Amino acid sequence: MDAAYEVIAFYVLAALTLGAALGVMAARGLFHAVLLLIVTFVGIAGFFVLLSAEFLAMAQIVIYVGAISVLLLFAVLLTPGGTEGRRNPETAMLAPAVLLSVAMAAVFLFVIIDADWTKVDDSPLVGAEALGRALVGPWVLPFEIASVLLTAALVGATMLARTPEEEAEDALA
Amino acid sequence: MIDMEHFLVVAALLFCVGLLIALSKRNAISVLMGVEIMLNAVCLTLLSFARFSDGERQVAGQTFVVFIITVAAAEAAVALALAMSIYRNRETVAVDQLNELRS
Repeated sequence: MDAAYEVIAFYVLAALTLGAALGVMAARGLFHAVLLLIVTFVGIAGFFVLLSAEFLAMAQIVIYVGAISVLLLFAVLLTPGGTEGRRNPETAMLAPAVLLSVAMAAVFLFVIIDADWTKVDDSPLVGAEALGRALVGPWVLPFEIASVLLTAALVGATMLARTPEEEAEDALA
Repeated sequence: MIDMEHFLVVAALLFCVGLLIALSKRNAISVLMGVEIMLNAVCLTLLSFARFSDGERQVAGQTFVVFIITVAAAEAAVALALAMSIYRNRETVAVDQLNELRS
């Protein structure tokens, strides 16, 4: 990849991702917030490509844009008027939250700029094959635990989302 | 090649935006969106460090990101099921109105 194109792509992606993330904060409706969140996820997948992690970029698109965003949209549509109540603002305690976030950003930026990072710029890149071998090699135990976790989450989410009527039917059966 | 610090700065700013969303929004689903943005920012940080390391550590960094994505998917599914269950019982998903445990 040509270096100039890479730099342009980086700054376009940075503006897109951060702008969309701030849009999630500022969006009026939840539906728009989810759509802007999808833009953020796509931007992050673009960063993964710039960092030579093509497999993870694809996984990011499939899992976040394909699955989690649809899940969020379903939840938004199934809970209409979810925050209507005594008071109506979308946010609460905005000032302390902004203060804390800005303070944390300042600390992060100071550390990143101040630290003397040791970098290996010209290391050979690893592809999806090395990642797959690592997952069933040294990382096989966490890999199996992750599959158990996913099964538990699937069963747990199904149990939690059932209506009382469905639960009564299951108790009779 | 772009410097590692550039990626780290973007990831740090993204994390702070996610933190702001998670802390300030009243809707539980919005809070979950903030958490997802924070998790993504951490993935970006891990991958930037992995990209500027040598062979074995590079694979380790990418493996960590695989596990973060897995756990994030499980977390999102359970959290949204919880939100729906709470909405069915309380007709609200505003996190500051769910205060039965307060004495």
